[in-house]
Amino acid sequence: MEEFLTDQLKTQEYFLNMGPQHPATHGVLRLLLKLDGEIIRNVDMDLGFIHRSIEKMCERNTYKQIIHLTDRLDYLSSHMNNEAVCLLVEKALNIEVSDRIKVIRTMMDELTRISSHVLWWGVMGMDIGALTTFMYGFREREMINDIFEETCGARLTMNYNVIGGLRYDLHENFVKRVKEFIKHFKKKLPEYDKLLTNNVIFRKRIEGVGYISEKDAVAYGLNGPTARGSGISCDIRKIHPYSAYDRVDFEEAIFTEGDSYARYKVRIQEMWQSLSILEQLVDKIPEGEYRVKTKAVIKLPEGDYLQRVEAARGDFGIFVKSTGQKFPYRVKFRSPGFANLTALNKMTQGLKIADLVAVLSTIDIVVPDIDR
Amino acid sequence: MVLNIFTDIHNLLLEYMSEEATHITELILIAAAYLGIFAILGLLLVWLERRVAGFFQLRLGPNRVGPFGLFQTIADALKLVSKELTGTVKADSQLYRIAPYFVITTALMSLALIPFSQEIQAFDINIGLFFLTSVSSIGVIGIFLAGWASNNKYSLIGGMRTGIQMISYELSVGMAIVTMVVLAGTLQISEIIELQKDGWFIFQGHIPAVIAFMIFMIAGTAESNRVPFDLVEAESELGAGFHTEYSGMNFAYYFLAEFVNMFIIASIAVVLFFGGWLSPFGITDAIPFAGLFWFTIKVIGVIFLFMWFRWTFPRFRIDQLLTLEWKYLLPINMVNIVLMALMVWLGLTL
Repeated sequence: MEEFLTDQLKTQEYFLNMGPQHPATHGVLRLLLKLDGEIIRNVDMDLGFIHRSIEKMCERNTYKQIIHLTDRLDYLSSHMNNEAVCLLVEKALNIEVSDRIKVIRTMMDELTRISSHVLWWGVMGMDIGALTTFMYGFREREMINDIFEETCGARLTMNYNVIGGLRYDLHENFVKRVKEFIKHFKKKLPEYDKLLTNNVIFRKRIEGVGYISEKDAVAYGLNGPTARGSGISCDIRKIHPYSAYDRVDFEEAIFTEGDSYARYKVRIQEMWQSLSILEQLVDKIPEGEYRVKTKAVIKLPEGDYLQRVEAARGDFGIFVKSTGQKFPYRVKFRSPGFANLTALNKMTQGLKIADLVAVLSTIDIVVPDIDR
Repeated sequence: MVLNIFTDIHNLLLEYMSEEATHITELILIAAAYLGIFAILGLLLVWLERRVAGFFQLRLGPNRVGPFGLFQTIADALKLVSKELTGTVKADSQLYRIAPYFVITTALMSLALIPFSQEIQAFDINIGLFFLTSVSSIGVIGIFLAGWASNNKYSLIGGMRTGIQMISYELSVGMAIVTMVVLAGTLQISEIIELQKDGWFIFQGHIPAVIAFMIFMIAGTAESNRVPFDLVEAESELGAGFHTEYSGMNFAYYFLAEFVNMFIIASIAVVLFFGGWLSPFGITDAIPFAGLFWFTIKVIGVIFLFMWFRWTFPRFRIDQLLTLEWKYLLPINMVNIVLMALMVWLGLTL
């Protein structure tokens, strides 16, 4: 019978073009799948659909202007990206910023991280088929966006950092609003577990799926929460503390299972840690200047500069080569999403199409960050 | 006694035409009425779904067009009707066109057997439940054809999933029904309801009935392609699955049929487990058409359960779906039938 089947019925692998317009690819990412029935044999990633040559554009902009371009990379961690540029220039010019600036930057970082992870959580549920999580995630995200709007005047691309400090001082409601948010989120985060994490179907869908070993994770250059799911300690906030991270007490969320569920747990854990950082800082915002005076035209001394920050998706780095002009000679952004996406093929070998979507959402990519 | 509307109409028609012509006219009238019921049911259920979704998702749902947004779905339907029917050049055009009608015809045929009240049931035959299950199996063909004829890989994957899913879960639906038929001893829907005068079957049948109800709900969700079993159109994976290439009215057929199928599944559940149009303790037995009220309330209760599932659960993967059916539901079901037979044999029912 089996011989008859193999002789008479020919099966064949086929290609499925997923994207660039597809609900599960989170933007304009094209995946070329080689499928055997529903089983994935190979995933080819085709990038560049929203390449805007931001790195090249940076070469024609002053350092102050570059800040605004970094918003458009990973738009969900725009504040961290801005901060990376500011820290780089401040370090190069030896500008010492006040404690107030450092603390506010850290708090904004953590609020951004929570808002990014909350959105990820909502989309994660939606990719697996639980549509309601999206709305629950947005409830919390709205609160954070309101805080941003009050202080920075913008909700998504905030542009709150400037070289030598911040664009505006904190809004008078900021502390009150953040305290409200902490109280609210502490009640709602366990609700997330009730709705999604402890759901049998959800657990079955992501446990043991999309495995990547620690060794492979290092080989692919994974970073951020994706790598921490494989047990790699890679939190820039711990390794090279910047702003006020050296004075707050938090744990790096690490899980060693290496599957989708581990990466999920890392992000949930990170939300708790961010919440704890916010709690530690919210009552201790020092008085002081919110901006240090800098020169009107900023020129970096000749040389190479590198600054890394821990964005919501991982290690965001900026490399600048300066020739002493007011424009940088070369700029290179090291985006976390690009490295993480490369491991997709390894993670999804032999899985089903439905798993691909789940794995892709635990990698948590933002396509503008990858394409730049 | 009972408002003899139907007899009145019959007599009125007889005055003007021969007996055969009356018969044919009546059939046409009934068909037209059921088409109307089909459309209204579909639209109301879509509206209900959106309101319930709003309730679960911290938002309002449609509330602008008409009272409580009731006319929103009607406006949507008008939009769909007035839209151009587009299709792909490489589609198998005849199969592509005919596919939605399989789904809509079978849904309509099943609808004829639904006892809305003691008085309203178009078609009460002695093999009622058997007819229902067999007709609803034909509906798969429509989805399968749509998946094949669209000549789109996403549609094809959706279509293949349908084949796998519907055929598997039909077994469970069928066997859950068989369990209750063992208890009832008849396939005729009106008789099944009459038998529940002393107590709904879910109480009469003790534990096997409860198990059968649970299995029926799970398999029924799968049969109507709803979350957590909506793999057929899994939007995050396949875009829209089998109806990716459909637009306008053809899409609306699938859309409405899906909701009407949910209504049919809920109605069967109500008939088999909750006494159909019977009122609790027979309080309104004397009032004509009161059955309609009780039937609606019960069906909405079951439909709300389905919607609750949809807005809470994530989606299964195809292999998990099959594991659930073949390794868990089917064996449990078989044991359950034997249990029920034993109970009926030993006279342990209430």
